[in-house]
Amino acid sequence: MTAEVEETIKRIQSQKGVQGIIIVNAEGIPIKSTLDNSSTVQYAGNVHQLLMKARGMVRDIDPQNDLTFLRVRSKKNEIMIAPGVKTI
Amino acid sequence: MTSKRPKSKEAHKIKGKDKKKENNFPTADEGASEPDHPDYIFPLVLTSATQELFGCRADEDLTGENPYKLLKKEDIVQDMKTRASVSDFSPIKQLVLDYPEEELLLVFDRDFTYGQSFYLVLTVEAKENILKPSVQGDDEEQINHEEEDEEMIIPKTPESRPWMSLGSEQEIEEESVTESRPRLRYKISPLLRRCGAPVCFSDRSALDGKEGFVECPSYQDKSFSIREMERHTAIQASSDTKHSSTQTLWKYPRNMWTQYESREFSPEEKEHHLQSENLKNFITSVLTRFEISLQQNHITDVFCDDWTALCEDDGALTGKTETQLKEYQSFMDLHFSKEKTISHIHWHPTISGVIAVAMTERLSLEERIDNSTKLLLNPSYILFWNFTDPINPQLQLECPDDVLCFQFCPSDPNIIAGGCMNGQVVLWDISAHVEKLQDTRSGGKNISNKLDKNNVTPVVRYCAVSGIENGHKAPITDIQWLPETFELSKLGIPVENPSRISVQLGTCAPDCCVLFWDLRPPRVVSQSLTDVKQKSEEKPLENPHGVPNTFKHLNLTWKPFIRVSLPKIGSSGEYSPLKFSLRDNTVDCPTGDKPPQNTDREEGCGFAQLRVPSAKQQKPLENISTKLYVGTEDGELVYTDWKIEKDNDSGRLLSSKPIHRLLVHDTLVNTVSRSPFFRDIILTVSSFSFAIWKEGVTSGPILRSACSKMLRTVGHWSLSRPAVFFIGKEDGSIEVWDLLQNSHEPSQSQNISSAAVTCISTSSISSKQHLLAVSDRLGTLHILQIPWTLRRSSNSERQIVKKYFEKEEERLEYFEKRQIQHEKEKKEMEAEQQRKKTEPVMPLKQEEELEAEALKEYEQFLALEKVILKNMGLLTETEDRSDL
Repeated sequence: MTAEVEETIKRIQSQKGVQGIIIVNAEGIPIKSTLDNSSTVQYAGNVHQLLMKARGMVRDIDPQNDLTFLRVRSKKNEIMIAPGVKTI
Repeated sequence: MTSKRPKSKEAHKIKGKDKKKENNFPTADEGASEPDHPDYIFPLVLTSATQELFGCRADEDLTGENPYKLLKKEDIVQDMKTRASVSDFSPIKQLVLDYPEEELLLVFDRDFTYGQSFYLVLTVEAKENILKPSVQGDDEEQINHEEEDEEMIIPKTPESRPWMSLGSEQEIEEESVTESRPRLRYKISPLLRRCGAPVCFSDRSALDGKEGFVECPSYQDKSFSIREMERHTAIQASSDTKHSSTQTLWKYPRNMWTQYESREFSPEEKEHHLQSENLKNFITSVLTRFEISLQQNHITDVFCDDWTALCEDDGALTGKTETQLKEYQSFMDLHFSKEKTISHIHWHPTISGVIAVAMTERLSLEERIDNSTKLLLNPSYILFWNFTDPINPQLQLECPDDVLCFQFCPSDPNIIAGGCMNGQVVLWDISAHVEKLQDTRSGGKNISNKLDKNNVTPVVRYCAVSGIENGHKAPITDIQWLPETFELSKLGIPVENPSRISVQLGTCAPDCCVLFWDLRPPRVVSQSLTDVKQKSEEKPLENPHGVPNTFKHLNLTWKPFIRVSLPKIGSSGEYSPLKFSLRDNTVDCPTGDKPPQNTDREEGCGFAQLRVPSAKQQKPLENISTKLYVGTEDGELVYTDWKIEKDNDSGRLLSSKPIHRLLVHDTLVNTVSRSPFFRDIILTVSSFSFAIWKEGVTSGPILRSACSKMLRTVGHWSLSRPAVFFIGKEDGSIEVWDLLQNSHEPSQSQNISSAAVTCISTSSISSKQHLLAVSDRLGTLHILQIPWTLRRSSNSERQIVKKYFEKEEERLEYFEKRQIQHEKEKKEMEAEQQRKKTEPVMPLKQEEELEAEALKEYEQFLALEKVILKNMGLLTETEDRSDL
């Protein structure tokens, strides 16, 4: 099972322009990362908050709706966030 | 005030000794004066007999240090029995008998504290007390020891002991009130007749009326006063209890810190999560979204700002429309440049605002020959001009003859090398005057001050000239220092230059050779007699006053170490060079790839100390091209290699034949200049046309200009824009050619002076000010400001120009190919024609024959016509006959 995960990660990582990948659990604690530890922790913490806010907003407007993908484009680069499906 | 002391139980006999006694009680009835000894102590006198008997002789058995002796009770009783009343113990007979224990303590009272020399302790407790502390010492010590003991002793519950009377019950007895007589009893009863009668009780307040009560207030009776003599009160001291609390405020700041750590998983937990099924599903579901987004990003560059990329060339934005070269300053020297012309200009490499010009006579060759004597008296000069002073030159360099070209040494701006008309190479060292040049630059523009100071411009004499027989035989037309990155060995191989200063220079002259000179004293391989003699002769020769000794070792003996001759390709004779250009040169790219200057290098010292290193030590450099372009008198551009080869036949060192030559110009080439941006692009200018060449392209010039009506005298690349160069003309105008705009005509032309332009040089003082120095034939030096459009290059200009040159190169190639094809076709055509010629020639037809033929044809036609008409049924028979 980890092999598949590893393979997927490698696939994304090998795309052009991808700087790093971080997998985070529901609480925002990083599980796996291809970046260094301090960056990982920073990204994980901030992204978690942003995701909560974004998801909250989407659900607020339409309760049947849910957030599927979030792209944050900045001057220098872009961060792509995909939330997992929430059970219950 | 002493209170009554309780009577002592025992009566004692006291022998009066007053030491330490308080005999306050003279009561007779009590009889016994109170001793100050406690009850348990009984002082007694022991006779010597008794003492001997009990072994307690004073000062012998019992001493001050050891005053205690335990006496057996039985012995005492025995003694009392034996000696009855004589016994010393008789007074205490009863006490002894009552003593509970077996042994009594006898204490030798040396100091007579209790009145006698001995005393007997009567109670067990006292005995214990005395024995114990006495073992240990004083009373004070006793207390301390008791305290110490208390700390060490395990506290035990106090045992109840029988009450010991200390006299307090007597006090209580006295205080208590007892009846002294029986109480009197009175019975009062009313008369009988009153009894039994109905009585009605009612309430009456005591305060109603005056008779309700009888008052006996206290009053002060003056007649009677009792003075209280004694008061009996009891006092108890007690303190108020107070319960209070306080809290201090922490006024000053205290540093606090806290540290937190982000939550992380341990590796096992991570593993666990990674293994979970959930994660796998999640990843597979999310992957597609990611890939879509990444693809989107890949397709279009999201971060490209189209708006800013739109305006590449913001020339139009700035509104500066000046395109003309503005005149900034002009220098004309009245003393020296009367009949002279400027032959060469060179900006001072380090001091901004200083420019040097070489003045030469404005005479043709014939005139020179005619006036040669006069010329000898008129020395020629190189003048230094400074922007701050347009009238007086700052410095004059004296030359042995007219200098046609000169250059500052790139590594040391105080050394100037020049080539003269008589073929000599001259060296100047101006280190003594550099401060003056710098001062006047930075100093004020106080002209009056200057006039006072320098009415006379300082003259610097040259410090070395080459030997006349060794140098050129024709006027030196071009001189260039070799860059400090490399130097040439004897064979012309570029080797690494360890000293990092330019030590070599090259010259060319129309005597058909290019010479390379070295500034260092040559290695003497073999000393011939003449050499030694020369040296010894010249050693005492001092330089004339004021001339630095930098190049004394070269003076008059200087020889070139490489001579490159230019034999003609394909024919005999040689090319006569006028200008040459090396690939890694210092003229065209003064800011080229030089190594970082080490400023702690001593200036101008080392030339005499430097030695030409031996060939073994030198490291050849690979990337220096040894080929040079030479522009000749005949308008040819010769591409040759300066390396010396050894000719196998004769063993002499010969220079190699030029690689190729190109004839494109009609008259002599007056400029061969490399572009400062592209090392392999060369501009050659001759009188009627100019051409741009690319090194390596041998078929022809990349660009050749049209022939102009006005002679072109000089050309110069722009330092800041790769596509711009300046051409000077004979009518005193400057043409600015911008390859990006037009390549068939100049983008602008501006007239500077009335005489022909002799030399152009550019310098960038600052990023905002680029100056163009133009000299004309009348000896005036014009400084022009290059406008912003010519100064500022756009970002991609270099790329565009490069592409242009490449395109032109391709064009040339195409032309070549076409040429070849043309040739082929031509050959084929000729071959065909040849074939045609060899076929048999047809006889000429006579004119009659031709007519007969025509008639025959006509008849044939008529017959044909008849037949057709007959077939069609149109022709009648009558017409048929009449036609014939």
